[in-house]
Amino acid sequence: METATINAIHTYDVAAIRKDFPILNREVKGHPLVYFDNAATSQKPQSVIDALVHYYSFNNANVHRGIHSLAEEATADFEATRDAVKDFINAASREEIIYTRGTTEGINLVAYTWARQNLKQGDEVIISGMEHHSNIVPWQIICEQNNAKLKVIPVNDKGELLMDEYSALLNDRTKLVAVNHVSNAMGTVNPVKEIIQLAHDKGAVVLIDGAQSAMHLDIDVQDLDCDFFAFSSHKLLGPTGMGILYGKKDLLNAMPVFAGGGEMIKEVTFEKTTYNELPYKFEAGTPNIADAIALKPAIDYINKVGKDNIRKHEDLLLNHATERLRAIDGLQIIGNNDHKVSVLSFVISGVHPQDVGILLDNKGIAVRTGHHCAEPLMNRFCVPGTIRASFALYNTIEEVDKLAEGLIKAVKILR
Amino acid sequence: MANTIEQTEAEIVEDFSLFDSWDDKYEYIIDLGKKLAPLPDEHKIDENKVKGCQSTVWLIAGYRDGKVYYQAESDAVIVKGLISMLIRVLSGHTPDEILSADMDFINKIGMTSHLAQTRSNGLLAMVRQMKNYALAFKSLKFDA
Repeated sequence: METATINAIHTYDVAAIRKDFPILNREVKGHPLVYFDNAATSQKPQSVIDALVHYYSFNNANVHRGIHSLAEEATADFEATRDAVKDFINAASREEIIYTRGTTEGINLVAYTWARQNLKQGDEVIISGMEHHSNIVPWQIICEQNNAKLKVIPVNDKGELLMDEYSALLNDRTKLVAVNHVSNAMGTVNPVKEIIQLAHDKGAVVLIDGAQSAMHLDIDVQDLDCDFFAFSSHKLLGPTGMGILYGKKDLLNAMPVFAGGGEMIKEVTFEKTTYNELPYKFEAGTPNIADAIALKPAIDYINKVGKDNIRKHEDLLLNHATERLRAIDGLQIIGNNDHKVSVLSFVISGVHPQDVGILLDNKGIAVRTGHHCAEPLMNRFCVPGTIRASFALYNTIEEVDKLAEGLIKAVKILR
Repeated sequence: MANTIEQTEAEIVEDFSLFDSWDDKYEYIIDLGKKLAPLPDEHKIDENKVKGCQSTVWLIAGYRDGKVYYQAESDAVIVKGLISMLIRVLSGHTPDEILSADMDFINKIGMTSHLAQTRSNGLLAMVRQMKNYALAFKSLKFDA
């Protein structure tokens, strides 16, 4: 077992990968940084940082309308990311790739355009019991405004969705199903293909929150047949403030605009405005040019390492962490199922998560503690919050061991 | 004669100067937390919660012979240790003394720079709440 672990790490060459992430060289509180808060945001490789610096150093110009060379270069780089994203999630066309500020804005865009237009009184929206607040609140707001009902797929003790209950919730009034692909609080991978198919059988539209899946799973929106797929750049090695909303072209074309001004306009008179074509119809104002440009090297980096390799490595870390942490007295993992990626969420009896987080930070180990913006899920498991370690392609088995040792020491001091 | 606020602050700063590492400082704070007298359950209600803390903190105050006395508890033991220090510094003083206390010992023991911003905000929220109680007793001119 031990030999196999070392060989697998060796083949993957995590040491070479780590060299591409300058922040991993820093120390925290006198210890080498161990960064296990990747589900909140990932670290960035040098190529992404370089792309940001390069844009501001050499290409800074507004996109699309400039006639000069800088504007043309910036526009080419800006649009190159759209093509890279299209391939990354296997969208049918680049017009289906809308730039947003992040997953949350993508979900809100659908809520305030598609849902506001299509939800009638008595219609129903289904979400799941393991959603992030970003995939709960926008639907609550729209349901309230449109007199629609919000229904929730329950979660079992293992942290899985109860699919029978989901089937029972679906009916002719169901207009939208919005679920996460992967739970940020537990790492559970949801059977979204089946969820989508069952919803489509009832004529409902489906939005997938891909914030936690885009980095780890192969995303094929055509194969999934989802209607919308939202994710963020910053959780996939790219910059913050940048995200993607994928939508099926027909739906996007039929939707009203979200915000007015800038590139979303075709022609304006005081009497009437006509709107631009996809994807620009939804991209009002000067976009986040630098961060959009710097998302491409992030995608290139993931493609270069290969998601299959990333997944194998992260599984190794997750399995090793699960094994080591289970040995800690009183430790209970929240979300015990076979279909999970990269996240280990747990509570320890008699010990407050915040105290553990502070003591781990004192050893340079960054974990997340709290409710992870999934309060309803925390209530489901009757915990105020958990300690969450989330792994990425640059983490190592040695770091997991440091976490386990840090936890053992913390518990000893705290109890 | 009882210590002034400044004297108690100086004592705590001196206590902390004995520790070489943050490991030892945290162990000391945790120990203080474990020793803090529990707050009776009837006081653990929403209106006694201090806003701005990641963990739950309940804080109450009483007024006797012109002086303010505090009791508090948290579900997190490090926070309890910090509260214990705040109570040691401020409890048993007049509202005026409490309101003019600069609480600089928190900086001097390195707590603000060592704790993440969100947590030191929690600490500041507790100090603010303690001062609010003092202000309330002062303005209401309670007599025991």
